[in-house]
Amino acid sequence: MGRLNSPEELERFRSEILSQRDVRQPLITVCGGTGCHASGCHQVVDAFRKVMEQHAQGNGVGLRVTGCHGFCERGPLVVIHPQKVFYQKVKPEDAAAIFEKTVLKGELLEHLLYDHPATGEKIGKEEEVPFYKKQMRIIFGNNGSIDPQRIEDYLAVGGYRALAKALFLMKPQEIINEVKKAKLRGRGGGGFPAGVKWEQCRNAPGEIKYVVCNADEGDPGAYMDRSLLEGNPHSVLEGMIIGAYAIGSHEGYVYVRNEYPLAVENIGIAIRQARDLGLLGRNILGSGFDFDVKVSRGGGAFVCGESTALMASIEGNVGEPRAKHIHTVISGLWERPTNLNNVETWANVPVIIDRGADWYTQIGTEESKGTKIFSLVGKVNNTGLVEVPMGITLREIVYDIGGGIPGGKKLKAVQTGGPSGGCIPESLMDLPVDFDRLTEVGSMMGSGGMIVMDESTCMVDVAKYFMNFLKDESCGKCTSCREGTKRMHELLTDITEGRGTLEHIDLLEELGWVTAEASLCALGGTAPNPVLSTIRYFRDEYKEHILNKRCPAKVCRALLKYRILSEVCTMCGRCAKACPSGAISGKVKTKKQEGIPFKIDQEKCIKCGMCFEACKFKAIEVE
Amino acid sequence: MDVSAIDAIIERYEANPSAILAILQDIQAKEKYLPKEVLEHVGERLRIPLNKIYRIATFYRAFSLQPRGRHEICVCLGTACHVRGAPRIVDQLNLQLGIRPGETTKDRQFTLETVNCLGVCAAGPVVAIDGQYFGKMSPGKVEGVLKQFRSREKERVDGKA
Repeated sequence: MGRLNSPEELERFRSEILSQRDVRQPLITVCGGTGCHASGCHQVVDAFRKVMEQHAQGNGVGLRVTGCHGFCERGPLVVIHPQKVFYQKVKPEDAAAIFEKTVLKGELLEHLLYDHPATGEKIGKEEEVPFYKKQMRIIFGNNGSIDPQRIEDYLAVGGYRALAKALFLMKPQEIINEVKKAKLRGRGGGGFPAGVKWEQCRNAPGEIKYVVCNADEGDPGAYMDRSLLEGNPHSVLEGMIIGAYAIGSHEGYVYVRNEYPLAVENIGIAIRQARDLGLLGRNILGSGFDFDVKVSRGGGAFVCGESTALMASIEGNVGEPRAKHIHTVISGLWERPTNLNNVETWANVPVIIDRGADWYTQIGTEESKGTKIFSLVGKVNNTGLVEVPMGITLREIVYDIGGGIPGGKKLKAVQTGGPSGGCIPESLMDLPVDFDRLTEVGSMMGSGGMIVMDESTCMVDVAKYFMNFLKDESCGKCTSCREGTKRMHELLTDITEGRGTLEHIDLLEELGWVTAEASLCALGGTAPNPVLSTIRYFRDEYKEHILNKRCPAKVCRALLKYRILSEVCTMCGRCAKACPSGAISGKVKTKKQEGIPFKIDQEKCIKCGMCFEACKFKAIEVE
Repeated sequence: MDVSAIDAIIERYEANPSAILAILQDIQAKEKYLPKEVLEHVGERLRIPLNKIYRIATFYRAFSLQPRGRHEICVCLGTACHVRGAPRIVDQLNLQLGIRPGETTKDRQFTLETVNCLGVCAAGPVVAIDGQYFGKMSPGKVEGVLKQFRSREKERVDGKA
């Protein structure tokens, strides 16, 4: 296919693609996201290929490796179309049976169906699985049906229709008005109205302007942007082109983490394909509008997710933020007006233009419209990516979609917003999730990480974890952030190792306030959140560490003591074998000899927990 | 690393000084570290002072100025992995290999690294060795995983001999 020179040619090409596709024809889709990749989806794909090559009817069946479906916990995922049979935890050796029984005969394979963790009920179709049922997948939904490396698949689901509409039926200002009317807010964390930002950039003086896509998703425990860029890169690209046209920019950048090799590859392929079809580059679709995109790979610095640091990094400098007395929409990349939005924000744009702001604003709360993708991880049954309408409660996300806490444990808190966010306690689980409500309770939306914590998670340890992260990632430019995060980490370490006093808590609160007030960028500005929010909601747990030198969640190693219950010990010797420091002594009981129950020498014990893991009889107690 | 290979990387970015990050990344990917002579050469070609190159090379986590081991062990310390016990995996690797994160074993077989998040949270705690993922790790599984790489190493050496 050559260049498409008009919207009519685009539509003709689309009909051509659709005419070659028969939705009734059997199709096997295998999730190819990084989560499923880690659980071995490529071997499954190879197995399917082999089965289909050898089978006489193999030719009539399609096989597609798609983007992330979101339900990473149960990967590798396979969906059989047109019936939409949903198989989970598929192994390469299942391929032959799936092909012969399900694809050819329509029979279900019981052992691969999803079984409800609470009721044990088997569920056959993707949309009936509770994990998907309460979601609203307007941005993420196409991931599961398209091969991200084929632009034809994106066109088949209506891709680039919004671009044609924007270029030929709308003026730039009309596009901006539509985005403003949709009340689209930045999904990267700040929640700034995207339409307002676009307008400021459009009105900024200067001929050369840039648009940037921030895909430097550094929040630990968050991977929704990666899955979008990996699974549906054209939707992000289409959003950027529409944005560039509205703003009057001809050059764009995608700044993506180098730790995401598949995302880097797929966005690169998408850019080349779009260029070949005339959807990117000179004279897009014959409209006279020029715009091209380059990919810039990040160097693994968390602070580069901050807009000014990111721009410095694209310029080939050290990624240090600068003061924003003059905003980046006036003077950003190479001191030109620059509009930066994150991956998910850009992916929302084609949907808004295609279906209109009136439709879009029906979803969500008064001030937060549309949906948000969260990465639901930690101590939760259904780990994965979930897209929900704004305003849904945390409880619905954790219990209805997430399937509750594993092992029958009790929910303790949900951490949102990554290292800049806070911990929301169980008592606030009925809070509707939107930008403003989360900020009110001392956390924030952030980019969408949602880490579930149960009673075996220590909140002081969590605060220490984030502070350790932030002290490493602080670029060091502002004293308040460089020193503040370090000192807060020291204070928290003291508490977790039994050296804490009540003054430590006061000092943490004071330091937190100074760090937030005196730092230039959002990294320092929000760095104390994990500490302050845990003190706010879990002060008793801090006190327990300080006053009684006890870690109620049994996490802080220095405060733990491992002990073998001699009445339970079967004298098997597994623990002594596992112990790396030779701290366990006793005598193995056999048919021939009497044993001696095993004992831990506390002096030698390094508290690694190997014995605890090795014991099959729950004879080891942690206090 | 020979000069022509570095020049080829530099040419890929038309010797553009603002592409310094990408150039260093490509060298790092190829050599697994940034040798001093290479940095000097890059500086001359791009007309960037050596101190600025070192500033970049030491600022970003992705770069290493020290040679790396044959196998790179990367323990994910993302929040999800952390609450599921990732620090204990690091302790166990430390015990088995005698190296701390950032260090390489004396025999240059293993380099231990930690990463802030690999985005494979469902499988946490996760360890990636040479890009291969090992999910649902526990301290007890560490030895078995290391063994796989040690025996592969043995096969390689035996094969050569």
